[in-house]
Amino acid sequence: MDILWSEFIPGGAHFSGVVRRGTSLRVTAQEAGGNVSIVLYNYEQLTERYNMADTLKGQHTAFITRNHVLYSDMGRALCSVTDDTCGWHDPMCGVSNAALVEKKYGTARYQEHRNAYHRNGQDSLVNELEKYGLGLKDLDPPLNLFSKVTVDDMGNLRFHENHAAAGARVDLRFEMHCLVALSTCQHPLDPGEAYAPRDVLLECFPSPPPTADDPARTLCPENARAFVNTERMFPSRSGVVGSVA
Amino acid sequence: MSILESPRAPAAASFRQVVAAGEPFVHQLTAGQCFRILDLEGNQAVDTLFYSAVDPEERYSAVDTIRAQGNIYLTAGSRLLSNRGNTLLTIVADTCGRHDTLGGACSAESNTVRYALEKRHMHSCRDSFLLALAGLDDGMGKRDLSSNINFFMNVPVTPEGQLTFEDGISAAGRYVEMRADTDVLVLISNCPQLNNPCNAYNPTPVEVLVWDTENG
Repeated sequence: MDILWSEFIPGGAHFSGVVRRGTSLRVTAQEAGGNVSIVLYNYEQLTERYNMADTLKGQHTAFITRNHVLYSDMGRALCSVTDDTCGWHDPMCGVSNAALVEKKYGTARYQEHRNAYHRNGQDSLVNELEKYGLGLKDLDPPLNLFSKVTVDDMGNLRFHENHAAAGARVDLRFEMHCLVALSTCQHPLDPGEAYAPRDVLLECFPSPPPTADDPARTLCPENARAFVNTERMFPSRSGVVGSVA
Repeated sequence: MSILESPRAPAAASFRQVVAAGEPFVHQLTAGQCFRILDLEGNQAVDTLFYSAVDPEERYSAVDTIRAQGNIYLTAGSRLLSNRGNTLLTIVADTCGRHDTLGGACSAESNTVRYALEKRHMHSCRDSFLLALAGLDDGMGKRDLSSNINFFMNVPVTPEGQLTFEDGISAAGRYVEMRADTDVLVLISNCPQLNNPCNAYNPTPVEVLVWDTENG
């Protein structure tokens, strides 16, 4: 694989960067039981962003896995899940915040702990968003990669411990230029008693444009239309553009 | 599902307004006031957002609310949490039994994806929300549209992770009532969606009532 760039993300850290149309981002868990909370924005218009509700109702799903598409709030395909070795990523439970982390894991300040100090998902993502003129109000529900939360018949949530094994990976093929922000803090429902966020590796690699029979595009008619909406931003006579294939 | 009736009489309400389908509604509640949404004709989705009246950057958070109560459905007893973890309102009565907070609000763009590219030109909740916010003259706009509540809407999730929009479980005369635990701005779109069963394919008016104290 032709790796364009890679970045090791320690557990509990946060990161942001631009991932362009025509490239994919591979996220690989370095340890079992990890979590990556990720949010996406159209890099050309930051008010357009990943929308949990539109993504779920468009594909009639309460979780994300291979061939699902992450939709923006403007009806466009931001990225497609082209590979997934763990089968379930949680879109419904949000991120931890400072109060939750202090309650679960106690206080650990930078003064005493240096860079092992306790971080939380919300402050971590806000930290990244502020670098682009965005803030707390722009932090919509993230996708929690590598975490599985199911719902019983009464609507009660159940967190599945150690859902993702070490080496689990997910590939996101970007259909638009996106600002990506992520945090590797633990999932807010992780019942582990220790503050123990896990490391992940990011790798960016080139990916060809999705074909007419691309499995994410053809998963459901809704996805085909979301691709049309995206491709109208990149009109071309050579690609599959402008009509539902 | 739990059904809990309210002791408050409509005649004692300090504020009453009928909101037609397809229209927004904006209202500020002060802490301690009780706020009812009444489904006048049945199976009407009421898309609703709440903001702290002091600092609208603090707003209702669907995912924090779901996570804190360990359940995806809203009903009597549900505390509606903000993105800072504070309780904005608490549901104190509910004769419908269950409300959705995963399904989001319809928009012109999501209509193109969900139904057909040609459905872009139908009226939508997010159009109502955007115009209502534009009229507030306090700088709020699209960035303030986060995950909302759909009162009276039925969006079941199965143990296998399937999510569907089903026929409503509400009926004419059913209501949901909440107490404001802090000063909050209420933003409603009475949903105009015609393409799925959330409004029984017939959007209808709802009534909003406010009592000044929890005792009515």
